[in-house]
Amino acid sequence: MSIATRFTTLFVGDAQADRVVPPSGFTANLTTFSAAAMAFLAVFALALSLAAGRLADRWSNDLARSSTLRISAPADQMETQVAAALRVLETTPGVATAKALSEEEQRALLEPFFGPDLPLDTLPIPQLIEIDETAQGYDAAGLRLRLAAEVPGAVLDDHTRWRKPLVRAASRLRLLGWTSFLLIGGAMAAMITLAAQAALSANKQVISVLRLVGAQDSYIAGAFVRRFTLRGFTGAAAGMVAGLIAVTLLPSAQQEGGFLTGLGFQGADWFWPLLIPVIGAAVAFAATRAAATRKLKELP
Amino acid sequence: MGAAVIELENVAYSYGGGELLSDISLKLSPGSFHFLTGPSGAGKTTFMKLCYGALLPTAGHVRLFDRDVRLMDRDEIALNRRRIGVVHQDCQFLDHLPLRENIALPLTVSGRHNIDELANLKELMAWVGLKSRAEALPPELSGGERQRAALARAVIMSPDVVLADEPTGNIDWEMSQRLLQLLVELNRMGKTIMVATHDLNLIRAAKGQVPARVLRIANRRVQLAGADL
Repeated sequence: MSIATRFTTLFVGDAQADRVVPPSGFTANLTTFSAAAMAFLAVFALALSLAAGRLADRWSNDLARSSTLRISAPADQMETQVAAALRVLETTPGVATAKALSEEEQRALLEPFFGPDLPLDTLPIPQLIEIDETAQGYDAAGLRLRLAAEVPGAVLDDHTRWRKPLVRAASRLRLLGWTSFLLIGGAMAAMITLAAQAALSANKQVISVLRLVGAQDSYIAGAFVRRFTLRGFTGAAAGMVAGLIAVTLLPSAQQEGGFLTGLGFQGADWFWPLLIPVIGAAVAFAATRAAATRKLKELP
Repeated sequence: MGAAVIELENVAYSYGGGELLSDISLKLSPGSFHFLTGPSGAGKTTFMKLCYGALLPTAGHVRLFDRDVRLMDRDEIALNRRRIGVVHQDCQFLDHLPLRENIALPLTVSGRHNIDELANLKELMAWVGLKSRAEALPPELSGGERQRAALARAVIMSPDVVLADEPTGNIDWEMSQRLLQLLVELNRMGKTIMVATHDLNLIRAAKGQVPARVLRIANRRVQLAGADL
């Protein structure tokens, strides 16, 4: 039997074969509800992972492509050193642009900390030069050596020091999201295994009658597997829809809100949750099949 | 006469430390009719279960259609059960399915629920006198109806062998006669029949209609009986 036929048989089923297992009523609803709850949580775990991933990428890319040169020099030497630094930077391979920040731009940078009335001209504020790198980047160690020789007051900050912990934190958050996703899948498998085992135990007499009339284990297991797979799929689909609605109702991404308002799906990410019912069905299929195979071997 | 359909060779079966059956050798030839008798608890049901692979012998060999059950996996044993119809005293059914579907169960599990087979089902239900009860649920049936339904289910796949374990245990004499008649008819169609019963009157009634061999289980062994019947 081809994989396509097996898949079709699984979902379309054999109506006659499905009837051999008696309907289980309330417990069936509990299985579906549990699958729905797990899928709802899985949507959030997925949203967390994807948002953390985006954050890690953004921090990693944005900060990796820019660096800052800080020049601290006496006021009468400042202009000379800035010009020297810009010359060095212009001839450094890997530097795309280098631009000394204007007084207004420096004021804007400091404003959140010192307020709008900061008298920049009376303070010994270092001059900042913003550097944008090419895709290849520059040799930071080589540039430092050249600057030390030609611009004694220059300090190169390539953001490595504080970029790494941020990216690491975001990566761990992403890992946490995926771990949660896997744990949810594991919990769902455990729950369906218990439900399937209970159903198999409760239907011991049915199984004994089926064995008596020549039913093979694959036939008996199939009746239970199909039932639990469909419950897993239906529950997970309902939970996914509820989860997506809840994610949609979250505040939209804003610069001020930072990470919290960015929790959700963007663009093609919206397609990822559609896999949750399929994964739910696959988990239910595997868990029930394993439970049924094990249980049937215990019976004569 | 062809090879034995069921053969037991020096078979023993122990359970819970005690030996229930010991050193049993027997061949059931195609088309033969056997009665198996003996007191309650002698091991008739155990013997029958050995004959269709529901139990494995603790010693010796059981061969179904010339193949040792020990060499069969669970699927092969299941496939062999389609060639061996079994009727139990407590004939179990799927209580949530109507009688029609219960009788057709062997067809269902073997994937043969097509129109031709369903036509046979109607004939079969008429043969056992249950045509009008097709939609009844098993708990609604009388003891006799359940036994006849179990027999119909046992023969729907046209098996080579029918094993009936105390099929008349819960029914009156008239119904027992009817059931016996059905078993004799099956035997005349060439089926091998073995009936476990402690009802000697049933055996006497059968011997007038069919050349039956009577076996007795006593002291854990199977022996030929007959002179005392």
